[in-house]
Amino acid sequence: MLKKITTAASVIALCALTACGSGSGGAGNNGTNASGDTITMGFAQVGAESGWRTANTKSIQDEAKAAGIDLKFSDAQQKQENQIKAIRSYIQQKVKVIAFSPVVETGWDTVLLEAKRANIPVILTDRAIDSDDKSLYKTFLGSDFVEEGKKAGDWLVQNASGPTNVVELQGTTGAAPAIDRKKGFEEKIAAKPDIKIVASQTGDFTRSGGKQVMEAFLKSQPKIDVVYAHNDDMGLGAIEAIKAAGKVPGKDIKIITVDAVKDGMTALANGEINYIVECNPLLGKQLMELAKKVVKGEEVPPRVVTVEGTFTQEQAKAALPQRQY
Amino acid sequence: MKNRLLWPILALIALLLLNLVVTPSFFALRIQDGHLYGGLVDVLKNGAPTLLIAIGMTLVIATRGIDLSVGAVAAIAAAVTCVHIGTSPDVGTALAGMAIALVLCAVLGLWNGFLVAGLGIQPIIATLVLMTAGRGIAMLVTEGQIITVNNDAYRQVGAGFVVLPVSILISLAVLGLVALTTRKTALGMLIEAVGVNPEASRLAGVRSRTIIWTVYVFAAVCAGIAGLMISSNVSAADANSNGLWIEMDAILAVVIGGTSLAGGRYSLTGTLLGSLIIQTLTTTVYTIGVAAEVTLVFKAVVVITVCLIQSPKARAALSFRKVAVS
Repeated sequence: MLKKITTAASVIALCALTACGSGSGGAGNNGTNASGDTITMGFAQVGAESGWRTANTKSIQDEAKAAGIDLKFSDAQQKQENQIKAIRSYIQQKVKVIAFSPVVETGWDTVLLEAKRANIPVILTDRAIDSDDKSLYKTFLGSDFVEEGKKAGDWLVQNASGPTNVVELQGTTGAAPAIDRKKGFEEKIAAKPDIKIVASQTGDFTRSGGKQVMEAFLKSQPKIDVVYAHNDDMGLGAIEAIKAAGKVPGKDIKIITVDAVKDGMTALANGEINYIVECNPLLGKQLMELAKKVVKGEEVPPRVVTVEGTFTQEQAKAALPQRQY
Repeated sequence: MKNRLLWPILALIALLLLNLVVTPSFFALRIQDGHLYGGLVDVLKNGAPTLLIAIGMTLVIATRGIDLSVGAVAAIAAAVTCVHIGTSPDVGTALAGMAIALVLCAVLGLWNGFLVAGLGIQPIIATLVLMTAGRGIAMLVTEGQIITVNNDAYRQVGAGFVVLPVSILISLAVLGLVALTTRKTALGMLIEAVGVNPEASRLAGVRSRTIIWTVYVFAAVCAGIAGLMISSNVSAADANSNGLWIEMDAILAVVIGGTSLAGGRYSLTGTLLGSLIIQTLTTTVYTIGVAAEVTLVFKAVVVITVCLIQSPKARAALSFRKVAVS
């Protein structure tokens, strides 16, 4: 029995070895082909967990085509091991540049070191990694969540009059966007002591979570003037809760959210949300520009912030028809 | 029996008292747009899906089984219904969508029953299959998007009111129906018999397989209705988050209610109390302003305390210590 297993194992190992051999051989050819004009990019996406992410994927695929970049795309389905596998296969295929949105912050050093040894530049998109070795990647392209929080805070400081009680619907506890959007917002409203956060609780970035927390806030807080939700979905949940309490969202209680997905923009255009800070998933164009630069060996800044705006109710009405996501 | 329910009742009262002390307005009830409005109403409304799933789970656990797939089944029901409704505001479309979803859930329950009763796979493994695959199916149905619907008929299921929230009325109706059919007929005894010893009950002439099959189908249909409530409450289906981890809440509710995971004797009243405790706990966290970072610790401490005071051994040890100190 044991003998059988060892034989089987060695057969498998042999197969794997030959597969590796032929794999790298084929990739070698690819490499020489690609050394002409076309750049080959390996992109390891997180998954397809939200409308935001789908828009992000589509933007990267479309912009790659437009820029004449040969894109090898993989979907990790929210699992780090899948992403590591994808990156390893890109290294074997000798792509010119690797880009990925890390599922989690840690555990990337080994695989990125392999990429570095193979002289393949790496670009992080949308999410950062937590590593002491900054030479593992060329640049990080993504939103500045603190900045988003600051924009939300700025609007409130400019538009609030008199004592203002704010309730905050936080994202998933411990997630970078939740921590940073809270921090940026608090920094800005500190300028006006009249504005106070009277309650803050996590709604897990979901509509149900936002609704349940808001229902409880409406009962426990005697006076709520403003809701600050870390994403559109929680804000949409809060709208439902406010309506059920017999109040008018957008008038009796003002709502500020972050993201600007289609459902959120629709509510903004309908006057149920007052202000949305954009978190832009359409970073494909910027990514392709950066990719071309790093392949040529040009210097790029270690941190590139995606171009992001903000929307008031009037701007939402104008922007809604062309909204892609 | 009465004694077993004493501790869950005390735990629930203690939680409610905590709310009363911290936010006196918690118990305030008023009529808003023709229905009751207040903190307690929220507890009932948001606890309805957990209660419904816990009722199904109670019967499954009574047969010595467990169903981990209920959360995924809830997500599938929500996804299928919302995709079917689309942008239509019709009552008929909403009803048809819900009917399709519930039939599909029954089929999923048949699948679970087939794995457990037909193939004899351990329930925890058998239902784990659908727990992981089911969410994938829901994602496939919604194409990874959040499907927002605008249909007043559908909204009634989870957010509607007939004085009390419609959702809790549905859950209580199912609870009453299950209590009647299992306690007024021999069905309850047969379920318990299967849980105590499937082989012995089969030899005694009980159709163990049919019973096991039935409880899994029932649990899946309950999960489906709960999924409809969850998504209808916000008029949107989110395959990622609908019913996420609700299987754990449901199992916890059953256990807090005094039903043993080893199968056999079960208590529906206990399950009702367990679900209420869990939802009151969640609402309490929001109302008394526990910081988001320590929410889980707070919940864990309460749950551990409730479980400890229910264990005769732990109670004996505590009272012994008291005697020793004095």
